[in-house]
Amino acid sequence: MTRSNSDLKARVGAGIRRRYWHERVFRALGFGALLVGLAFLGFFFYTLIATGYTALRQTRVLLEIEYRAETLDPAGNRDLAEIRQADFQGLVRDALQRRFPEVTERNSRRELFALMSEGAGLELRNRVLDRVPGNPDFIGTTESLWLLAAADTDMVVKGHIDRAVDESLRRVSDAQLGWIEALEADGSVALRFNKYFFTGGNSSDPELAGIWAATVGSFYMLIVTLALSFPLGVATAIYLEEFARKNRWTDLIEVNINNLAAVPSIVFGLLGLSLFINTFGLPRQAPVVGGLVLSLMTLPVIIIASRAALTAVPPSIRDAALAVGASRMQTVLHHVLPLALPGMLTGTIIGMARALGESAPLLMIGMVAFIVDVPDSPLDAATALPVQVYLWAELPERAFVERTSAAILVLLAFLLLMNLTAVLLRKRFERRY
Amino acid sequence: MELSTILFAIAGLAALSYVAGRQRAILVGARDAAPKFHSLPGYHGAYLAFWCVLPLLLVFAAWVVLEPSFLRASVLAALPSEFATASGDELSLTYNQVRNFVEGSSVAQNVSADIAAAADVYTAALDNSRLLLAWLLGGMAVLLFAIAWRRIAPAFRARNLVEKAIEYLFIAASLVAILTTIGIFVSVLFEAIRFFQQVSVFDFLFGLDWSPQTAIREDQVGSSGAFGAVPLFGGTLLISGIAMLVAAPVGLMAAIYLSEYASPRLRNYAKPMLEILAGIPTVVYGYFAALTVGPLLRGVGDSLNLPVSSESALGVGLVMGIMIIPFVSSLSDDVINAVPQSLRDGSYGLGATQSETIRQVVLPAALPGIVGALLLAISRAIGETMIVVMAAGLSANLTVNPLDSVTTVTVQIVTLLTGDQEFDSAKTLSAFALGLVLFLVTLLLNVIALNVVRRYREQYE
Repeated sequence: MTRSNSDLKARVGAGIRRRYWHERVFRALGFGALLVGLAFLGFFFYTLIATGYTALRQTRVLLEIEYRAETLDPAGNRDLAEIRQADFQGLVRDALQRRFPEVTERNSRRELFALMSEGAGLELRNRVLDRVPGNPDFIGTTESLWLLAAADTDMVVKGHIDRAVDESLRRVSDAQLGWIEALEADGSVALRFNKYFFTGGNSSDPELAGIWAATVGSFYMLIVTLALSFPLGVATAIYLEEFARKNRWTDLIEVNINNLAAVPSIVFGLLGLSLFINTFGLPRQAPVVGGLVLSLMTLPVIIIASRAALTAVPPSIRDAALAVGASRMQTVLHHVLPLALPGMLTGTIIGMARALGESAPLLMIGMVAFIVDVPDSPLDAATALPVQVYLWAELPERAFVERTSAAILVLLAFLLLMNLTAVLLRKRFERRY
Repeated sequence: MELSTILFAIAGLAALSYVAGRQRAILVGARDAAPKFHSLPGYHGAYLAFWCVLPLLLVFAAWVVLEPSFLRASVLAALPSEFATASGDELSLTYNQVRNFVEGSSVAQNVSADIAAAADVYTAALDNSRLLLAWLLGGMAVLLFAIAWRRIAPAFRARNLVEKAIEYLFIAASLVAILTTIGIFVSVLFEAIRFFQQVSVFDFLFGLDWSPQTAIREDQVGSSGAFGAVPLFGGTLLISGIAMLVAAPVGLMAAIYLSEYASPRLRNYAKPMLEILAGIPTVVYGYFAALTVGPLLRGVGDSLNLPVSSESALGVGLVMGIMIIPFVSSLSDDVINAVPQSLRDGSYGLGATQSETIRQVVLPAALPGIVGALLLAISRAIGETMIVVMAAGLSANLTVNPLDSVTTVTVQIVTLLTGDQEFDSAKTLSAFALGLVLFLVTLLLNVIALNVVRRYREQYE
C-alpha cells in the first residue's frame, strides 16, 4: 500500500514538474512574442534615425566669390531685372577655377564644376539682389562665402561614398575626390544646417530637395478631410445612437460602416479615380480630391469612435434632461453631445493621423507628380508627405536615402504629436460616471 | 463671379437671417398683450436661417453639377463646322485646350484662332451662368425670407420644425456611408463590366498568364495582352500567407501574454508601444522592406547559395506580418478579455495551471472571436498596397517558392493606373476588374469576420 502510494506521488510529482515546465515554456513564448514586436519597433527607429539624421546637415564649401561687373551687370545701370538674368553659376565656376588653377582640360573642368550645386548660384543671386539696391558698389567686390555643394560632394564628405573603393565603382572620380580632400585639408568644407530640406519642394538635385511642398499639400488635404468627415461622422453617430430605431435599415447602415472601416484603402482610390476625376471632372493631383477620398476613408473611423463616446454617456444624463422638459434634440445637443465631444475629438484625431499616413489612394488619383512649388490653395497640384517618401524611396541616389529616412522621421513626428494630443485629450476629459 | 463668393454670400445670409429672426421674435414678444411664445427666439432665428439657406444650397449644388455640361455644350456648339465630324475624344481634347487657354495655363498660350474664339464663348457662357445663378439665388432668398418672416408669431412652433430639420440633416449624413459603399461598388463594377466586354470573365478568373502590355500598333509582337489573373491571386495569397504565418502566432501569443501574464505596469507600457507599430504608415514599412529586409535576405541567401530574389515574397511577407502583429494582438486582446473570469476560476479550482487554463478553457471559449480577428487580418493583408508596391516584383510568376519574386493584385492596380494611359484600353480597365475582385473578397471576409466577432461578443454580454 505504502509502496503504491509513493509510486503515485512520484508519478504525480513528475506530472507536475512536466506541467510546470510547459507553463514556463508557454509563458516564455508569450514574452518572446511581445519582445519580437517591440524589438522590431526598436530596430525600426534605430535604422531610420541612423540613416536619417545626417540629412539634417549638408556640406558647404568656402569659396572666394568675385562679383564681377562684366558678368553681373555689363550695362552698368544696376537694373535688377537684368541682374536677375545674369550667370551666377558662372561666378561659382570662376571661384572654383581660381581655387584650382591647374585644371584646364575641358572634361576635368566640368568635373570640377560638378562639385558645387546649382543651388550655389541661386544663393548668390539672392544675395546680390538683396544687397545691390542699398549698395550699388556691392558689384565689383569680393567676399568669401559658404556655398552649397552638390549632393555627391556631400556624400563623400559624410562618408556615404567610400573613398577606398575603385574609381569605376564610385559616383565620384579620383580627381574630384582629390579636390574635395584638398578643400577639406585647408578647412574650406563644413557641414551646415540643411535648410533646403525643410523649406524646399521636390527637386531632381538631392541637395535642393525638401519636404515643405509635400507638408503643405498634406496640410490642405487634412483640412478638407477634417471639414468633411468630422461633421458628417458626428451627425451620423448621433442619428444612429440617439434617434434611429433598431430595425433592419439601421442594422444595414451599421454593418456597412463597420465594413467600410475594413475596406482596403486602394479601393477608395479607385472610387476617387472613377467618380471624382473621371465622372465629375475634378482636377487630378489637387488636395481637394485627395481630401475627399481620405474623408470617405476616415468617416467610418470617426463614426465608430463617436458612437462609442455617445454610449459612454450614462442614460441618467438623458433622463434628467428629459425630466425637466427638454426635447429629445435639446437633450442630445445641450447635454449628451458636450459630454461626448472629447471622446469624439480623440477618435477624430486618430482618424486624421491615419489619413495623414495614407498614400495608396493618393497614388490612384495622380498625386504622384513631381511637385516643385509649394501649393497656394487646395486646388493647386500637390503631393503629400507619405507620397513624397514613396517617390524618394524609388530613387537610386544615395543622397535620397538619408532624405527619405529624414522625411519618414518628420512624418512619424507629426503622427506622434497627433496621437499624443489624442491621449492627452482623453486623459484630461476622461470621466467616470 | 466666383463660386466661393456665392457660397460666402449664402453663409452671410444664414447668419443675417438667424439674427433677424431672433430679433423679430424678441420684438414681437416684447409687445404688450403678446401671448407667451411657444419657442425661444433662437429657434425662430434658426427657422428663418434654415428656410433661406437650405433651398439655396440645393440649387447651388445642382448648378455646380450641371454647369460644366452646359459650358461644354455651348463651347462645342460655337466651334466652326470642321469640328462637327470630330470624334468624342477630339472634342474633349479641344474643350480642354479651350479651358486651359482661359485659365492661362502656360502650355496653352499658342493656340489657333478657333480656340481663342471658343475661349471667348466659354468666358461669356461662364459669366452668364454665374450671373443667372446669382440672380436666381438672390430672388429665392428674398422670397423665402419673406415667407418665413411672416410666420414668426407667438403660437408658431418653430422649435419642433427646426428640430425636425436637424434630424433630417442627421439622417442625410448617415446616408453618406451607404452612398460610399454603393459608389465604390457601382463605379468599380461599371468599369469592370467594360473590361469584361473585351476579355471574358472566365479568361480573367482562370487564365494562367498575366501580361497586360497591349501594344500601341497592331503589328507589334505580343500585342494581344493576356489577362489571366491567377498568378496575381497566387502571389497575393503567397505573400498574405507568409504574413499571417508571422502575425498570427506572434500577435496571438503577445495578446495572451499581455492579457493573462503581464503585470499592469508592463501592460501599460507595452500595449501602447505595440500600437505605435500599428500607427506607422504603410509606406514606411514598404521603404523598410525594400531597402533593409530585401537586401538582407538576399545577402543571407547568397551566403547559403540560395537564389533569393531581392524582391522575394518572403521579405515582403515578413514585413507585412510585422505590420499586422499589433492588429492581431489588439483584436485578440479584446476578445480574450471578454472571456468571463468565472471560466478561468473554475479551471483553476480544478487544479489546472495557468497555461492549461489558457489553452484548454480561455482559447476555446475565445476561438470564434480569434477566428474573426484573423479573418480581418487576412483581409487587411490582401488589401495592403504600399508594402507590396515598393518591395514586391512586377512580373507575374505563378509559384509557391517564397524566395521568388511575385506580384500581387494591388501592385498591378497601382502599376496599371499610375502613369499615362488612355482610359478605354483593356489594360487600364483591367485594374478595375482586379479592384472589383479585391473589393468583393475583402467584403466577404469582413462581413463574415464582423458577424463572428459580434455573435461572440453577444454570447458573453
